[in-house]
Amino acid sequence: MERRTTLQKIQGVLHKYPYLSPLIVLVVAVIVFYFLNNRFLLPANLSFITQQTVIVGTLAIAQTLVILTAGIDLSIGAIMIFSQMVMANLAVSTTASNVLPIAGQNPIVAIALGILAGMLAGALNGLLIVRFNLPPFIVTLGTLSIWTALTLILFKARTIQGPEIPDALKWLGSTFKIGEFQLLYGVILMLVMYVIFGYILRNTAWGLHIYAVGDDPNAAELSGISTKRVIFSVYLVSGLIIGIAGWVTIGRVGSASPNVDPLLNLDTITAVVIGGTSLFGGRGTLIGTLIGAFIITVVENGLSLAGLDQAYRVLAVGILVILAVAVDQWIRKVKA
Amino acid sequence: MTTSTGTVAPVLQGVNLVKTFGRVVGLDGANLELYPGEVLAVVGDNGAGKSTLIKCFSGAHTPDAGEMFVLGEQVEFKSTSEARRHGVETVFQTLAVAPALDIASNLYLGREERKAGFMGKVFRTLDKKGMRRESAQHLKNLGITTLQNITQPVETLSGGQRQAVAVARCAAFGSKVIILDEPTAALGVNESARVLKMIQDLRDRGLSVILISHNMPQVFEVADRIHVARLGKRAAVVTPQSHSMNDVVAIMTGAMKVPEEEQQLAPVRVPAASA
Repeated sequence: MERRTTLQKIQGVLHKYPYLSPLIVLVVAVIVFYFLNNRFLLPANLSFITQQTVIVGTLAIAQTLVILTAGIDLSIGAIMIFSQMVMANLAVSTTASNVLPIAGQNPIVAIALGILAGMLAGALNGLLIVRFNLPPFIVTLGTLSIWTALTLILFKARTIQGPEIPDALKWLGSTFKIGEFQLLYGVILMLVMYVIFGYILRNTAWGLHIYAVGDDPNAAELSGISTKRVIFSVYLVSGLIIGIAGWVTIGRVGSASPNVDPLLNLDTITAVVIGGTSLFGGRGTLIGTLIGAFIITVVENGLSLAGLDQAYRVLAVGILVILAVAVDQWIRKVKA
Repeated sequence: MTTSTGTVAPVLQGVNLVKTFGRVVGLDGANLELYPGEVLAVVGDNGAGKSTLIKCFSGAHTPDAGEMFVLGEQVEFKSTSEARRHGVETVFQTLAVAPALDIASNLYLGREERKAGFMGKVFRTLDKKGMRRESAQHLKNLGITTLQNITQPVETLSGGQRQAVAVARCAAFGSKVIILDEPTAALGVNESARVLKMIQDLRDRGLSVILISHNMPQVFEVADRIHVARLGKRAAVVTPQSHSMNDVVAIMTGAMKVPEEEQQLAPVRVPAASA
């Protein structure tokens, strides 16, 4: 009889439930930060944490889909900024801020076209990857620069201030109260998207094929799955999610600026990796990504409440990423 | 190049197949006949064209010239899924299983079934329960007893069990022909024995099997006929009874020629079920 050590059992459990390790990290972090500063668990602070998580959390859904196929998307932030600038510039009506000849659209049309812009940008990534067999890292590194530049060129590098933007575009940034919690509509939208895409990944053939393609593309192809179609569709759908995230961002930030946090890409990858999804593809869960996104904010928020400098947050997240990948490598070695 | 097939028509046939890769000739007018309910071993030295031949039948390669027939009907396979549609399934050496997915998902990979009714039509929900139930039944029907838990990820299985999953996937969906490429190459003695047993079981259920192998003792154990490939052609077809392992190696290397009347080009088995 084969006897398994405690360590092997832990390894087995973590292998079966990849979101367990990030969940443990999150719980431990919350407890530690509570003892460092009791204000951490106040409803106001917890509400603030959800608001801080909403952009990276929404974008990380797209990043998860891409990383599950063993790809990577470095252009997520750039596409998101491009798509929110499309929305805002189409919707503004004041002539002073008119950089597009077709500005002054109905806000709903503007939002739809902005999301469409995100989808087209995602489709371009997908096309370059499957049609020309280019590595996702290189393609999205290129499109990162392309969309950043196009945003600056097309929209004259102008920030569109809040008052110029119709309310429909900012709606996701407005809050409502549940008890003492102040929640953003954007947070609700994010959670709904996690539920929808979680369902799709678990319960549809497309979701299963995403895992299969990331796991072993040759095996998937030989099983009759069109790996190219799956990969292209993943980048297309991730473009859709990025576009929606652009809408969320306008609401969250309250204005549309081409100079949003340049670390957004890295934060989404961090959330996915801390969340237990393997960078080698085929393994991971969306719920893990959500936990990962919250870990980033919780660490940032907790350290600042504990009176530590912003640099320590970057340090801590950096250590977490490396630990997460090391744990992933260890878990992957599991044997029955 | 007609053969005395008697009354039984081949289930799979290749006539004068040619396949070149640039200036390298993989197949140079190769023939192959596989009869119902038999195990045909394909052996040959490296570069003899056996894997090119097999890849033509499995749809991974398209021959430059020559004709292929499935049950007498001429076919052209442009992809593995086209071959599969004609009932020709291949267990590739790399197994083509997705390690992180469970056994049931792997059996149904690429042909998943949705739930009936609203959930399946509108939300495209997969019928996981149904597929698991069916998978367990398929495994039982195929006599595969080494796989107990259908929800176990394939990566937690041993090499032989993975082979069983790959074979079950090919055999479970009403296929006529199963091509196995070096199924025991990575396996230990016991597991190899189990896979060989599985091959015999498949044959006993009326399936036709092509077995590509380097392992002469195994070939002699399970094959009804042995197709020896050499220089992109068929050098001979013999049986384990008519020739020894040394003879087969001699044919492979060209040291021995077998006149056509001494070969076993006709089927040696007539399956009771289809007779």
